[in-house]
Amino acid sequence: MNKIEAKNVDFYYGNFHALKNISINIPQNEVVAFIGPSGCGKSTFLRLFNRMNDLIPGTRLTGEINIDGKNIYDKSVDVDLLRKNVGMVFQRPNPFPKSIFENVAYGLRVNGIKDKEFISHRVETALKGAALWEEVKNKLKESAYALSGGQQQRLCIARAMAVEPSVLLMDEPASALDPISTAKIEELICELSNQTTVIIVTHSMQQAARVSHKTAFFYLGEMIEFDSTKKIFTHPDKEATQNYITGRFG
Amino acid sequence: MKKWIDRIAARIFTVSGFTTSIVILLIIGFLFKEAVGLFSNPIVDKGYVLALHPDNPVKELSAYQIKELFDEEIDNWKEVGGNEQPVKVFRLEDLDNLYTEEELGAEYEHAGQKIAEQIQANPGMIAFVPEVLIEKEKGIHRIADRTIPMKDVLLGTEWFPTATPSPIFGILPLIGGTLWVSFFAILIALPFGMAVSIYLAEVASPNVRKYMKPIIELLNGIPSVVYGFFGLAVIVPFLQQTFHLPVGESGLAGSLVLAIMALPTIITVAEDALRSCPRSMREASLALGATQWQTIYKVVIPFSISGITSGVVLGIGRAVGETMAVLMVTGNAAVLPTSILEPLRTIPATIAAELGEAPAGGAHYQSLFLLGVILFFITLFINSCVEFVSARNKFKK
Amino acid sequence: MAIETNPAYMQRKRTLQRLMFGCFRLLSYSVALLLFFILGFIIVKGAGVINWEFLTESPKDGMTSGGIFPAIVGTFYLMIGSAVISFPLGVMSGIYMNEYAPQGKMVRFIRMMTNNLAGIPSIVFGLFGMAFFVNYLSFGDSILAGSFTLGLLSMPIVIRTTEEAFKDIPNSYREGSLALGATKVQTIWKVLLPMAMPRIITGLILSLGRVSGETAPILFTCAAYFLPRLPESIFDQCMALPYHLYVVATSGTDIEAQMPIAYGTAFVLILIVLFMNLLANGIRKYFENKLKQK
Repeated sequence: MNKIEAKNVDFYYGNFHALKNISINIPQNEVVAFIGPSGCGKSTFLRLFNRMNDLIPGTRLTGEINIDGKNIYDKSVDVDLLRKNVGMVFQRPNPFPKSIFENVAYGLRVNGIKDKEFISHRVETALKGAALWEEVKNKLKESAYALSGGQQQRLCIARAMAVEPSVLLMDEPASALDPISTAKIEELICELSNQTTVIIVTHSMQQAARVSHKTAFFYLGEMIEFDSTKKIFTHPDKEATQNYITGRFG
Repeated sequence: MKKWIDRIAARIFTVSGFTTSIVILLIIGFLFKEAVGLFSNPIVDKGYVLALHPDNPVKELSAYQIKELFDEEIDNWKEVGGNEQPVKVFRLEDLDNLYTEEELGAEYEHAGQKIAEQIQANPGMIAFVPEVLIEKEKGIHRIADRTIPMKDVLLGTEWFPTATPSPIFGILPLIGGTLWVSFFAILIALPFGMAVSIYLAEVASPNVRKYMKPIIELLNGIPSVVYGFFGLAVIVPFLQQTFHLPVGESGLAGSLVLAIMALPTIITVAEDALRSCPRSMREASLALGATQWQTIYKVVIPFSISGITSGVVLGIGRAVGETMAVLMVTGNAAVLPTSILEPLRTIPATIAAELGEAPAGGAHYQSLFLLGVILFFITLFINSCVEFVSARNKFKK
Repeated sequence: MAIETNPAYMQRKRTLQRLMFGCFRLLSYSVALLLFFILGFIIVKGAGVINWEFLTESPKDGMTSGGIFPAIVGTFYLMIGSAVISFPLGVMSGIYMNEYAPQGKMVRFIRMMTNNLAGIPSIVFGLFGMAFFVNYLSFGDSILAGSFTLGLLSMPIVIRTTEEAFKDIPNSYREGSLALGATKVQTIWKVLLPMAMPRIITGLILSLGRVSGETAPILFTCAAYFLPRLPESIFDQCMALPYHLYVVATSGTDIEAQMPIAYGTAFVLILIVLFMNLLANGIRKYFENKLKQK
């Protein structure tokens, strides 16, 4: 069953035609990587799945995007509820100016959950899920800024996972991190796919090859090719994909 | 030749680079020089003495006691540590009523003797007379000549700089008035300032912002005397009618005008602070299902709180130092304020209102410079707070 | 499984947001309205008073009729006088901070002093002006003493704009000039200053706008209640618009007759401030466009 279905999506920033007629089906509990050169529209596309682009004035979308069979751009959709259901991790670690505990509990609190025991249980589970629990369990009250960059990013993943989203969007989550932290994050992504559908935008083809089941290649606002990761990296159908993964451009 | 010019120019630039520092030093120096002089003034007007009957045991009197004696608020020596005995006040004018011109002499040469006679005849008398007249007289005793004690000034609760024989320079009512008015001004300005800065930084469309920003700038550019005039013409009568006051000039009128004047400062600084919150942090919050308002008060405001604080503190600074607007609308009564609806008086307004009438170099003149010094330090303190807060902010990032 | 949410809470948080934002919008518009009310009030009441006589004649009959010409002239003199003081000193100080001073502690110190100077209340400048320029340097109550006081007061604005204008010039211009054998002063004078000038001028005009409305610093250094003739030298006192507004509005003998004059004076004062703001914005826009065209 497909978790996400995008049909004939066109997207515009003002007059700029950023995404051109994209259709894609993403199955449940798989990791899908979006690759392509800078400015190809892969991040823009990712941000459509939790309607993050709504915040940018002058944008326009045609076509439809269905999650669990429901068009998320329908007028009746509660955007806050959608975003609770579709988590997001950003390019740079962006913890809130709060304690470690409060960072993870944030998503629960803003969605009206007040049960203290439940919250601390969820915080612990999420931090364990992000492989951060052992490192921070004694300093949950300290500022999140006291953590290292890699820890901060894992905190952000825990924060996103605390509300148990069924889809997790990751926008180049390891691009600001050192190799060791990156390896930890990648390990995490593999584990996360047991419980959620993960879409990851990445610059690094090796990363896409390591973590994803399927890969989509974007170029100049078009989705050139979408197939299993293995096929994309061994014998892609399109020449452009071939050129990109062999490093001839981009 | 070229090199020579270069070197001279470098010198000139260096010297002018320190202009502001030099000016601040000069301000401190000259303000202090005059202000400190206050404490070497005798408590009784210069050139005058207070003379008592030789049997009167009172040796010292504070400026406040002297004022009470001469206002006939104190009518028995017991109250100031003397014998049970009614007080009789004697001023130089009384001499002309008691004696003829011939008796006193054409050039007042016998005046001293007559004053001494009067004092000796009235055991309860206190005489306020020029020192030269009774310099040589015996059989009277003079109140010990003290300089104005610092304690009476800094902790004094009454401000009567023109009282004779002994002016009173208690600055507490003025400090109280300043803080009182500024406090209420910020209390009024804060909700508006926060609302406008959040609206401009987070809610308003770019178009609205384009028109609001110049409005805020303009509000900042209007001269304080115009605000004062507006307050006098509109706010004062309005308050008088609304609260059925005997006079509309009141602390509240001052606070309202100051609130309007502090608004642009608060809005500009707070808006900048709110904008400094990175977009990714807002997005992270929204991506968790928080509404925009939840994002603002749970993430954006905590993130920019030090900048917002700077704005508020700068607004307070502006309110504390403001002169003309306050002078025009607060009614200028130098009493410790009990209600914001009563007239009161601030430090800057006192300086502006009284310096013109205070003879240069006199105690009153010097006391106004002391007020200037205090005002200077209050604003210096406020500025340091801002520097401190914004320095801490840099550390956080 | 997903975290269950309470639909009532989701509804409530949306309602709360609408409520808060509506509140913010209301308060913001009321602040804008307030400005229009203040300006409108003074313009409506003041515009009727303005005519040729009001602008070109001296006050008559103990301030109850006549015009405000001497006050306009006095304010004009004070603006020029303060610019003569603050402009060269402020610009040179700004240049020193950016081009000469060792970066780091020294610049921070000077910037702190400049900020402190900017934070000193205007009445303290008035006190200082009286003690230093009027009494110590024996300028007496005069345009000279007033100009110096106002000049020092407005200097921080000029310093800041100069510093910022110089900071934004790319280093390549300095290096290019020095590489051609120009000395530092020649580089500053011939390359950097012309580039920074538009912004410095903008800052200067804004500072003059502020000077035109300042009352407290000139109370005891130069302002006169009433002068039958115009000042003849910089050692004379002068009348000034803000001080005139103050005395007419507060210490009159015939309030009824004086109010129109007060409105008229406030109107002219506001007009000067508006004009200065527009001028500064105009200059800024003009040079920004010119830069873009290049």
